[in-house]
Amino acid sequence: MNLFKLSFSYLRRRALNTLLNILLLSFGIATIVVLLLFSYQLEENLYSNAEGVDAVVGAKGSPIQLILSGIFHIDSPTGNIDLDEAKTLIRNPMVEDAIPMSLGDNYRGHRIVGTTKAYPQRYGAELTEGSLWEHPFDVVLGAGVADLEGLSIGDTIQSSHGFAEEGMTHQDSDMTVVGILDDTGTVLDRLILTGVETMWGIHAPHGAGEEHEDEDHDHADKAEITDTSYLADEHSGEQITALLISYRNPLAAAQFPRFVNDRTSMQAAAPAIEITRLLNLLGVGLDAIRVFAYVLILASVLGIFIALLNSMKERKYDLAIMRSLGGSRMKLFTNVLLEGLMISLAGGVLGIVLGHTAVELIGQSFAEARQFAVTGFVYIPGEAWIIALSAAIGLLSSVVPAIQAYKTDIAYTLSKT
Amino acid sequence: MISLQNCTHRYSRETVVNLPDIHLENGENLLVTGLSGSGKSTLLHILAGILNPTNGTYEVNGTDVLSLSESVRDRFRGKHIGIVFQQMHLIQSLTVADNIHVARYMAGLHTDQKKVKTLCDTLDIGDKLHGFPDELSQGQKQRVAIARAVVNDPVLLLADEPTSSLDDLRSENVINLLKESAAISGASLIVSTHDSRVKKHFENVLDLENTEQNGVAV
Repeated sequence: MNLFKLSFSYLRRRALNTLLNILLLSFGIATIVVLLLFSYQLEENLYSNAEGVDAVVGAKGSPIQLILSGIFHIDSPTGNIDLDEAKTLIRNPMVEDAIPMSLGDNYRGHRIVGTTKAYPQRYGAELTEGSLWEHPFDVVLGAGVADLEGLSIGDTIQSSHGFAEEGMTHQDSDMTVVGILDDTGTVLDRLILTGVETMWGIHAPHGAGEEHEDEDHDHADKAEITDTSYLADEHSGEQITALLISYRNPLAAAQFPRFVNDRTSMQAAAPAIEITRLLNLLGVGLDAIRVFAYVLILASVLGIFIALLNSMKERKYDLAIMRSLGGSRMKLFTNVLLEGLMISLAGGVLGIVLGHTAVELIGQSFAEARQFAVTGFVYIPGEAWIIALSAAIGLLSSVVPAIQAYKTDIAYTLSKT
Repeated sequence: MISLQNCTHRYSRETVVNLPDIHLENGENLLVTGLSGSGKSTLLHILAGILNPTNGTYEVNGTDVLSLSESVRDRFRGKHIGIVFQQMHLIQSLTVADNIHVARYMAGLHTDQKKVKTLCDTLDIGDKLHGFPDELSQGQKQRVAIARAVVNDPVLLLADEPTSSLDDLRSENVINLLKESAAISGASLIVSTHDSRVKKHFENVLDLENTEQNGVAV
């Protein structure tokens, strides 16, 4: 016999009520856990994808849109910019590094990104098979794309215009898979990468009556692609979609965007600022759900409180008996407190399990969530606080009934039989 | 040895209960009779150490019970005084065995499975150990209540109206059980009742109706 067993016996005695209170609390806690896990992973995902990118330069328009399309590949781009104008920025002394992005095509919904080899390197991506592109119309698949489409080295794919699966297919734009990237847990996993020149090749105006002989095509394909080949004078007049810029020194953060926005026909957007803005916008919705969770938790506090209070009435004789058997006031006080704690901790643990399960299920079933690779199998530091919160809920809802137990007057109670 | 001397208890300014002196050697039995309102309950509660009289002294085996602090008195009561209540008051959420174990636990004694088993076998409830109180008959409940009262080998066993709702045969059984149980643990037995059938079982009878100093309203 111990206090734990004693408290448990009372909970078992009113099992249905106990179960309902545990469930009510666990739903509230689960909602909080889902919110925590989502916002934590969303934030981490957003910031880690944007890490190292100080600014995105693209056509004028919404800066959030530019960030979303340029870094996360989820919105349409704001338009294209002239390569010649972009070149002036690439050579700007404030710019340490600039990675070009040429968007506008997809293969079965997966975006094809014309870029340089610096792009996968930035994410530390390793190749599981093959090599990076060396020629136009060579493509490298992100791990997720290769998995989903069952493609392997040597397969050919045809791109479609736009970002939706239903777009018009570019005939005679056969591209060859030359490499497959390792799983990086970043946006890279769902992209198809190729050289910038490929994109220009796909969209090259085919003059009427122009002979389209395979030999010529092959010849064009043979042109070697390097990290700077797209800057060659022969490409003058072409367009790209965006540049991912990293600064040479922190001072540039103040000067560079102003320079781009004021002096050129392009715009520069800082990911750090735009992501914060985006999260703040999302935050309003999340706050509404959070309030709902707190209402659930408050209801469960009341539920536990009322259940314990009623139980005190039913067991005033039990309490008096235990006192008469030698139990101290403190023992009875602890006994009731322990009951509240057992309910609330059970609710807390169940809530955490439910929350993680829910996030995992949501992550698996919604395509949007999958883009952000949300999983229920992560532990975040905030969860230790949830256990502490559960304990506080248990103590809060049982302290008044426990004081009643503490005050039990044996002689008075027993003489009222 | 039980010794109660010069006790009065003042419930309010008007109601003062004067209690008779009681002196019992270990193993001696006493029957306290009287109608309700005669101070029976007050006396029993004071003897049980759950009510402090306004004046007087109360000693159990040389310990001055009234001078103990509340928590020490709680523990002293748990260890040395066993009480069988009229309504039994078994804890419904615990099994029969745990109802008896809880007496040892509350008194701060270690769990003793074997003792509980032996005790229940003696009281003929050995097969009910894992049942719950609401599965028991009235007589079986009373046996559990007696087992709970004697499991800590008390010096004093108190029983409040143990026969009030029983027929002649059962009431005789219960009195015998109480006497036997008290004898086994060497305890003094004090039974309070208004049931005249019980009188013939006791040599020492204290009739509160016939003692001058009782129930005097000032």
